[in-house]
Amino acid sequence: MPHELTKPASLTVAVLLSVGRHPVTGRARRADQDARGLELALSLSAARIELVHAGPFDDACEASMRGYLGMSSGYTETGADSVTLVEQPSQADVLPALSHALSESLAPQLVIAGERTEQGEGSGMLPYQLSESLGWPIVGGIVAVEAVDEGVATLLQALPRGQRRRLSVRLPAIITVNATATSPRQSAFGPARRGTLAVVEQPAVHDEAQDEWHVEPARKRPKRLKIVKSTSARERFKAAAAKSDGGGGQVLTDVTPDEGAAAIHKLLKEEGVLR
Amino acid sequence: MTLPRRDPRQERIVRNRRHPEHDRLMDDQGAGAAMVTWTGPSGVRRCDPHRCGFIGPNGIKRIDRGGSQQPMGNAAPSAGRQQPTAQRRHIEIESPAFLVTVVPDMPGGRLSSHDRDLLGLARQLADADAQSPGAVLAIVMGAHKETQWGDAGVDRLMECGDSALEGYAPEARLGALEAVERELAPRFWLLPDAATGGADLGRRLAARLGERPVTGLWSLESAPETAQGWRCTTRGGAGSLDIQRPLSRVILALEECAEPVSETHHAASVLTLSHPLLPLLSRIEDQGRVPVDPASIALAEAEFILSAGNGVKDWEGFHHAARVLGATEGASRVAVDDGFMARDRQVGATGTWVTARVYVAVGISGAIQHLQGIQRCDKVVAINKDPDCDMIKRADLAVIGDAGEILSALVARVEQEREEQRDAA
Ligand SMILES: Cc1cc2nc3c(=O)[nH]c(=O)nc-3n(C[C@H](O)[C@H](O)[C@H](O)COP(=O)(O)OP(=O)(O)OC[C@H]3O[C@@H](n4cnc5c(N)ncnc54)[C@H](O)[C@@H]3O)c2cc1C
Repeated sequence: MPHELTKPASLTVAVLLSVGRHPVTGRARRADQDARGLELALSLSAARIELVHAGPFDDACEASMRGYLGMSSGYTETGADSVTLVEQPSQADVLPALSHALSESLAPQLVIAGERTEQGEGSGMLPYQLSESLGWPIVGGIVAVEAVDEGVATLLQALPRGQRRRLSVRLPAIITVNATATSPRQSAFGPARRGTLAVVEQPAVHDEAQDEWHVEPARKRPKRLKIVKSTSARERFKAAAAKSDGGGGQVLTDVTPDEGAAAIHKLLKEEGVLR
Repeated sequence: MTLPRRDPRQERIVRNRRHPEHDRLMDDQGAGAAMVTWTGPSGVRRCDPHRCGFIGPNGIKRIDRGGSQQPMGNAAPSAGRQQPTAQRRHIEIESPAFLVTVVPDMPGGRLSSHDRDLLGLARQLADADAQSPGAVLAIVMGAHKETQWGDAGVDRLMECGDSALEGYAPEARLGALEAVERELAPRFWLLPDAATGGADLGRRLAARLGERPVTGLWSLESAPETAQGWRCTTRGGAGSLDIQRPLSRVILALEECAEPVSETHHAASVLTLSHPLLPLLSRIEDQGRVPVDPASIALAEAEFILSAGNGVKDWEGFHHAARVLGATEGASRVAVDDGFMARDRQVGATGTWVTARVYVAVGISGAIQHLQGIQRCDKVVAINKDPDCDMIKRADLAVIGDAGEILSALVARVEQEREEQRDAA
């Protein structure tokens, strides 16, 4: 989607990037939602883009950051050819460092993040905590930024069941990207090598709560059993064998088509599906 | 004084079923009714096989030993339906030791199955200690249509019908929850970890309260050694990890985290805040829904489906109806096989399992393969010529008649109403 930005120079967008995990092989990769967030940022014409990651600087980190750079480092004029890497030990609470980097050095008007990370706790709390500590509004589940005009962004939000809602939010703001946003472009190898990683040091805060957790690969969740509470064998047999007979819906026989249509119309309106 | 007299002849006739006067005598005496069932010497219930039971569908006499069937004669086939549902135990908690607050999502204005699971979880937390039970408080924001609060396990109900809370108003809703926190200080906050709203609101609440929430909770067990007395298992890492950790105050739980309440009925007495909510200057403004082409919505997540079967003859009319109603189109297998609808529109066992809130089945007989696909639909409307078909049994509203005529009448109604609205505006 092309976007008309009235004040292009004034918009700075920070995209928060995390280290993804391939669901099958478990290898580090660009995280899907963050890549969608970067795609969203790249679709904002003439915005300045800051890529930010906080975490340990290791092979996995480099591999995934280069995954993002392969999408964006052709856009040198936007500043998207370099990742600001706020270095933090693993198991650190990155919130203070990230919040400091955003408010002090990068000063974006719009922060784009994914909804959940693909590794670790993946609670999806980071954008909300950032919003709380920076005092900026946050909106979740965004699929598109339609316009940015005089410090107000018009956003398109994904609702369940394929619906969309339009919102406007006062900048500076934080948005999280929904999994149904435009899928990210391919990551190209050459640009990925040419992009740069700029490491920044920040004091680290150890996340103590995690020490007492016990983490293991996800088990399959037990399937819910249909519990039949009954007193007699006959009822248990009936529950096991009987076809569900719905139990008394309203049946209109011998009505004219118009009366039937009226009844259906009433139900559709009550359920609020007619718009 | 009268002596009890036996009539040996009568006794003989009563014993002899084949006697020509047997039936008359039994009816006269009224002894028959008492004799159909009795309690035997060892306390077992006995019944006279000649005087109870009913004739089954294939002409064979059946005896129902469950006792729900009436003696011979008035054996209505629908007797099972009229059975009173088991009485739920009524529970009233006068002075709760603590509060467990649930903020249900209520998509469509009613408690969803996810909300009910969450209330079941809340009951586990509240009822753990029988000496000092807690109460479950449900907070509803905006208008709703739910009436069965007590059966869902709600002790206290707080309805915030403020117009500022309608639509997407996360900041105002957070303000309301904060007011509850200040006034009632509940021990736990439970929200559904679902895209219908709870995931967003719960995280906002946790960030505002400065609590680290447990997210994606799916199992809970008591652990007296921890601070809250509970341990839980949550999903992390995009569904790839299970994390066992102590419970915290703010809980975002997944679907099927607990069994919904089914045995008890609770008071659901109304609770209000002593201070009215302060109006809040919101930085987020809801500009309303954006029209989405219903045909572009995946069948599995469509909210409103108009589905066609073999009974549809006028396909142009059907497509027109779907456009006017703004419904996503579905089809039965026959309609697809006959080439009237695309394969990706097929609903059922070999097609898509749909989750629509309203499913309108037009000319679909309701084969089991089709009914499987609509198990999770809330309201089913059937339009069919045949009043005995299985779809009618499943439907919440069934209209018997010709599909084409009813659909065109419906379209005419909707168009007429839109016309009137346009004129009024
Ligand atoms: C292995 C297997 C898998 C299958 N999987 C699926 C599946 O995934 N999905 C699926 O749908 N089917 C499936 N089927 C097929 C299924 O068994 C039924 O054959 C099919 O669902 C019937 O479709 P229908 O109800 O449209 O047609 P019919 O059974 O022919 O029913 C037509 C209905 O329309 C009514 N009618 C006729 N004319 C009118 C009129 N003018 N106005 C109003 N009503 C009218 C009739 O009374 C009748 O009830 C499967 C079958 C098999 C064997």
